[in-house]
Amino acid sequence: MSQVDNHGGPADNLPELRTAPPVPEHFENPGLPEHKPRLGDVDPRADKRRERIVLALFAVSTLGTIGMLVAFFALPTGRDVATIHRSNLWLGLGLAASLLGIGLAAIQWAKSIMSNEERVEQRHPLQSAPQVRQAAVRNLAEGVKDSGISRRGLLKTAVVGSLALFPLTIAVPLIGDVGGSWDVSKFKHTMWRKGLRLTIDPSGRPIKAADVTIGSVWHVIPDGIDKTPDPLEEKAKAIVLVVRLDPRDVKSEQIPGGSYQGIFAYSKICTHVGCPVALYEQQTHHLLCPCHQSTFDVADGARVIFGPAKRPLPQLPITVDDQGYLVAKSDFTQPVGPSFWDRLR
Amino acid sequence: MSTTNPTAPTGKAAAATADWLDQRTGVGVAVKGLARKLFPEHWSFMLGEIALYSFITLLISGTFLTMFFVPSADEVTYTGPWTALQGTTMSAAFASTLKLSFEVRGGLLMRQVHHWAALIFLAAIVTHMMRVFFTGAFRKPREINWVIGFVLLTLGLAAGFSGYSLPDDVLSGNGLRITDGLIRGIPIIGTYLSYFVFGGQFPGTAIIPRLFTVHVLLVPGLILALVGLHLALVFLQKHTQFPGSGRTNGNVVGYPLFPVYTAKAGGFFFVVFGVIALMAATMQINPVWNYGPYDPAPVSAGAQPDWYMLFLEGALRLMPGQAEVVFGSYTVPFNVLIPGLVVPLLLLGPLAVYPFVEAYATGDKREHHLLDRPRNAPFRTAYGMSILAEFFVLVLAGSNDLIATHFHLSLNDITWTLRFAFFIVPGIVFVLTRRVCLALQRKDREVVLHGHESGRIVRFASGEYVEVHTPLDEHERWIRVQHEPVRPIRIAPAEDSRGVRRPHYRSDVRRQRLSRLFFETRVEPVTPAEYAAAQEHRAIATGPGDAGHEQIVAGTGDHASRS
Repeated sequence: MSQVDNHGGPADNLPELRTAPPVPEHFENPGLPEHKPRLGDVDPRADKRRERIVLALFAVSTLGTIGMLVAFFALPTGRDVATIHRSNLWLGLGLAASLLGIGLAAIQWAKSIMSNEERVEQRHPLQSAPQVRQAAVRNLAEGVKDSGISRRGLLKTAVVGSLALFPLTIAVPLIGDVGGSWDVSKFKHTMWRKGLRLTIDPSGRPIKAADVTIGSVWHVIPDGIDKTPDPLEEKAKAIVLVVRLDPRDVKSEQIPGGSYQGIFAYSKICTHVGCPVALYEQQTHHLLCPCHQSTFDVADGARVIFGPAKRPLPQLPITVDDQGYLVAKSDFTQPVGPSFWDRLR
Repeated sequence: MSTTNPTAPTGKAAAATADWLDQRTGVGVAVKGLARKLFPEHWSFMLGEIALYSFITLLISGTFLTMFFVPSADEVTYTGPWTALQGTTMSAAFASTLKLSFEVRGGLLMRQVHHWAALIFLAAIVTHMMRVFFTGAFRKPREINWVIGFVLLTLGLAAGFSGYSLPDDVLSGNGLRITDGLIRGIPIIGTYLSYFVFGGQFPGTAIIPRLFTVHVLLVPGLILALVGLHLALVFLQKHTQFPGSGRTNGNVVGYPLFPVYTAKAGGFFFVVFGVIALMAATMQINPVWNYGPYDPAPVSAGAQPDWYMLFLEGALRLMPGQAEVVFGSYTVPFNVLIPGLVVPLLLLGPLAVYPFVEAYATGDKREHHLLDRPRNAPFRTAYGMSILAEFFVLVLAGSNDLIATHFHLSLNDITWTLRFAFFIVPGIVFVLTRRVCLALQRKDREVVLHGHESGRIVRFASGEYVEVHTPLDEHERWIRVQHEPVRPIRIAPAEDSRGVRRPHYRSDVRRQRLSRLFFETRVEPVTPAEYAAAQEHRAIATGPGDAGHEQIVAGTGDHASRS
């Protein structure tokens, strides 16, 4: 396939024209096509009909409004999903008819009754006329002269300086308190500590190690989380997933001695951007984050085997207390959740 | 007053009101100028209108919602009619959303109107921008309005995001959590920014009221102001129009604002609102009572953000985790920063400045009021399509789990395929689109020169068969020949006639290189000379007794560029 890749235009490779009349360089704009009247413009019966259509559409709107009001008084919102859906449906259909009736009537009116002959209007260059521009420049120059700013350099500095500084009066108090305590080191710790019992989310019942069967998975919160001042914030950091593996399946451990008889506790917060890692595949020991599909191998130190996360889920070292309940040996040994600048400091 | 002589009482009242107003405001000048102002007509000009009308719908339904919504994270125990959640502790925001859905009559309808309108608002903005981009409506003098439109897009995204998070359900809470993860990843200031946004640790109690202020005051206020400016510029600069018979760069062909567009545009507002109401009546959206209040522990599989956030979600899903690096003891999670910040900037940033880049490449300083047919700007069309293709790849990536479950495919395979597609697809789409544009232009040339295929075969006395082509009428022809070819800029040589090196030569060369990238490959429209030659040729070819071999070749597409 050939291409026209020339710089001089296709005229370069044209055969010589021997015809006498000069050929113009551009085609002539043929001008607006002739306007053809609509049937309704010439036939009185069609004219009557188009008016009736518009009237009918306005009538649809009124009926819709009435229907909506009837639905409002007749249909109670309910105790269950079925009744609210019924109310929603009829209120919505009434509203839609009320609106669409008006809209379609207006458009039908414009299209079928109002003149459909296209008109022409000239454009004018957007820039102002030279005299106007000159006058504008002159006015500005006069203003600058009046202000005296060009002769007083210090004034310029003072204006710019004070205007640049004054926002501080609003920004400083705002920034001072907008971030709460500004104690960002809270990202590095959770409420887990030595001896704190692992309990079931959300009931708060402690977990006996003997109850955790091989292959089962438990969603866990620290004991007494409801009594902390900010339970949601604590929960957002401290949630843990407990699984029990067949000791023969364990390939590696993140914290040597951090598990108890094949019971592993891992942070449930994805190290990618912090979604709860909630999908556990019992057969493969894979934990999958439903948000962005980071996949962690629980049998291999919660290592990332697929997806956008880089780091393994932090392990919570656990043991049992004298009553056989699972307890933490310490807080997490590294910050949980998504990465941040100084997480290793 | 004295000039009018209305007979009907309504006419009299209207004239009296107009007189009263004019004596106090001089509004007559504005009415004289605007009432019969012309606007050209095309279906694609309504995309921007849809954006405007869905925004008005958002303001109306949103005002309704604020009467009942409680923007507070205070803990309450639910006692309402929805039995599944009775006795559950939840935020006042979520409880009031439940109340809106179950107890306020028409409340669920308004919630659904609001959510559907938001989705349509952004879809209309995006398609409107596509129309403006592909037709070159952003060219001088409308570059400012393109940039305003671009800011409106980002504000629309901000409005959607802040509103999505308000009900404080499990889905929106997890959306906020992802946002927190993104913010925290920013080097040096990330953790402080997270505290800045959430007023302390995630989730805190500050975020709901803060988002509420952003959602009902800051963002809509800005949108409203910029929409006003956007429309004022449209009035001032007059609307662009598609090329056609009688339409020139110096005129506007269309219908007057009053009464035609008052009725059409006014009516169209009701149609847009009506269609949204129909959707809200029949299609359930965001049934938060099924999700439950926000709790950091659970998340549902197959959860997805609203469509306009899918591309970001997809970018996050595609990025391999290895990109997270540690410098000394400082962590920089590029696996989050690249998809969260770099990809959207690379995808959208060039679009924001595209009008200026193209103007630089053409060196054209004239005003343009006639739109391009997309085929006549192959580079621009191909570039726009490649961006859209990239967007589409990311949207697919944002739905990779749903694709996997619906089509029984491996999630990992889909992700890997899309990782490669991210780099390959835009290039393929660019090349293909450009080829298609050039081919369409050649087709235009061919049709102009030789006419439409009529399907009528004629046998000559010599036994030869030819197909008769019907010539185009002048209106059909004009649309195919009216545009000016855009050629790469030419620059002056490096040295002038006396051998002195010219300053700026280097930058001129760079500019020429860009210009060639844009316009080197092109098909130019038929000139009258070519047309005359083809007519002559045709007269000979169809003459009696002539062999007319060339006639049969016509229609293969190659012919156009050779003639």
